[in-house]
Amino acid sequence: MAYSFPEEVLEHVFSFLSSDRDRNAVSLVCKSWYEIERWCRRRVFIGNCYAVSPDIVIRRFPEVRALEMKGKPHFADFNLVPEGWGAYVHPWIRAMSEAYPLLEEIKLKRMVVTDESLELIARSFKNFKVLVLSSCEGFTTDGLASIAANCRNLRELDLRESEVEDLSGHWLSHFPDNCTSLVSLNMSCLGSEVSFSALERLVARCPNLRTLRLNRAVPLEKLPNLLHRAPQLVELGTGAYSADIRSDIFSNLAEAFSVCKQLKGLSGFWDVVPAFLPAMYSVCSGITSLNLSYATIQSPDLVKLVSQCRNLQRLWVLDYIEDSGLEALAASCKDLQELRVFPSDPFGAEPNVALTEQGLVSVSEGCPKLQSVLYFCRQMSNAALVTIARNRPEMIRFRLCIIEPQAPDYLTLEPLDTGFGAIVENCKELRRLSMTGLLTDKVFEYIGNHAKKLEMLSIAFAGDSDLGLHHVLSGCKSLRKLEIRDCPFGDKALLANAAKLETMRSLWMSSCSVSFGACKLLGQKMPRLNVEVIDERGPPDSRPESCPVEKLYVYRTVAERRADMPGFVWMMDGDKALAFS
Amino acid sequence: MSPEKGNDLPESEYSGCLKTELTLGLPGGPETPKSGSKRGFSETVDLRLGSSCEDEAQVVGWPPVRSYRKNIMKNCKYVKVAVDGAPYLRKVDLEITLAISSNVVNERKIMDSSNGTEYVPTYEDRDGDWMLVGDVPWKMFVESCKRMRLMKSSEAVGLAPKASSKGLSKS
Repeated sequence: MAYSFPEEVLEHVFSFLSSDRDRNAVSLVCKSWYEIERWCRRRVFIGNCYAVSPDIVIRRFPEVRALEMKGKPHFADFNLVPEGWGAYVHPWIRAMSEAYPLLEEIKLKRMVVTDESLELIARSFKNFKVLVLSSCEGFTTDGLASIAANCRNLRELDLRESEVEDLSGHWLSHFPDNCTSLVSLNMSCLGSEVSFSALERLVARCPNLRTLRLNRAVPLEKLPNLLHRAPQLVELGTGAYSADIRSDIFSNLAEAFSVCKQLKGLSGFWDVVPAFLPAMYSVCSGITSLNLSYATIQSPDLVKLVSQCRNLQRLWVLDYIEDSGLEALAASCKDLQELRVFPSDPFGAEPNVALTEQGLVSVSEGCPKLQSVLYFCRQMSNAALVTIARNRPEMIRFRLCIIEPQAPDYLTLEPLDTGFGAIVENCKELRRLSMTGLLTDKVFEYIGNHAKKLEMLSIAFAGDSDLGLHHVLSGCKSLRKLEIRDCPFGDKALLANAAKLETMRSLWMSSCSVSFGACKLLGQKMPRLNVEVIDERGPPDSRPESCPVEKLYVYRTVAERRADMPGFVWMMDGDKALAFS
Repeated sequence: MSPEKGNDLPESEYSGCLKTELTLGLPGGPETPKSGSKRGFSETVDLRLGSSCEDEAQVVGWPPVRSYRKNIMKNCKYVKVAVDGAPYLRKVDLEITLAISSNVVNERKIMDSSNGTEYVPTYEDRDGDWMLVGDVPWKMFVESCKRMRLMKSSEAVGLAPKASSKGLSKS
């Protein structure tokens, strides 16, 4: 006798499962659970848009309300993926416009989005609520106007770090007068000035607005107008933080900040005039997240500001903060979890600020909750890394960029193997690691032996031989994403660990020593991998098979070979017939 | 004094990678200022009249900084300049640079807005002479300038323009 709950009961139980992992596990229990689950899955996350096709997703999950998807590989952020490579969202929008009329959310990262796609979204989904375009490109402000004009229930419009062709600021005026639903608006990446009165009226009529990230063109003198109309704001991104130094502007600003009692996050701060920083001191004690990574202010001003933010959990800042500022941070901000220090002069030959490894050591000593680090600097030592590792064994993300490639330990001139070895050995929860500096195969041995929870690894100008790559691929049990540039890794390690690649989302290798012949072999042996050779020098078979390819991108997929490859991408198919192309 | 956008600066005629672009770093490197140096000159450093254009970076995509962050910094021109009475160049720096462009021709004075001190920008040219910035055409200034010093207005009395003997005789 089958003791099974009615479908509705199971569905109700499954509705409490939000994690994809849990839902995937539930789907595997039995056929009827698979069926029930797939009809009630509302959110789908696709980490690689080419790993699956729209049709497959729609067929399995007919009632999706929210799609989150990523396109280009991470190194596209640094211009390593040539223009036109792919990651077009339009085929997805087209398919979903018919299959998911009730779709409410689309969140995309590193994808190409066109105005046509935005218009189709605006037309097709009557209940559309959330659009997040993170590091996307390909659209203009005209596309934004369609969204603003047509999405009656729009809650979130977040363009974080996207490259938008900015035709004018007029798009904002397309929000109809009866649009009162906005909760989050992030237009910080746009250049053009929007109509301030339209912005003011929009903010005033949206009582649930929690996040407002302005663009640089919104003048500081006018910020109080917005703050007074949205005192409930939780996250604010200012525009340019500069104005003529006048006491009325200052007092208006200070007063406006003081009414925003819920503010937890601040960002923006282009063109800071330090005289205006004290205007925000009244909110500092409540601030948990502070992004000063555009603020070209010096250490004393930074220290004054940051020392007021006793409850700071996340700080993004330029290296103007210097070691002294980081020491002050370590003394004041005991709740700090995440620190990112960006370089003010990344291409300068000489250091322009007094920021060294010591700053990071201070923070690792003083901030017991520190778990996520991104740090650009110009010198590092094994001793410092060992200290950091011992201070903070619960580190989860550790990304260190020493600006000079292959820089050794500046004290001993040795490789930094020991230091990074200490990181992976001590920090057993480490999920993400980026390494720079002089590194031999030894560090990869440490990583393979210890970094059992590591999911993402970024390597540049490191290693001596294939052995390094082999250690990583054979040892890192949890590895999902591996990105490598300018390392002497070649065919042997890749082919010996081909099966590993099916357990990962993707592998990127550029300016390494992987031959065309090995790529072909990999493509032939592994039908469930897409092996893409990206080479702008022309067809790889016009060169000897032993010739290394410029770039290699390998990812697992259940989709057919993609039909949108540009002329510089070759898919290494084995026996797949080309007859359909 | 409101900041001008980068495009309006005189040196924009050298846009892009050309050699006379003024791109300089802030002081405050690993060395601390030596005490006892006269007039707080310890941070006087030569203007680096070199290219900082990213297109000339040796390696593509290195360091791994996203392009919108690079662009922010490119708009930020900062000057390593000695300022009378100050061991470091701090608040004065960026505002000075912007001020130089607008004030050089008009007023020849720069005010540090945080304390109202007026400075006169001076520079040492190839011949070792100290000149007032603005005496010679901008292009000539950029080409001949070896280092700069912001003198307090009150102390700049003796510095007469020598441009007439220099500017016109050079081609």
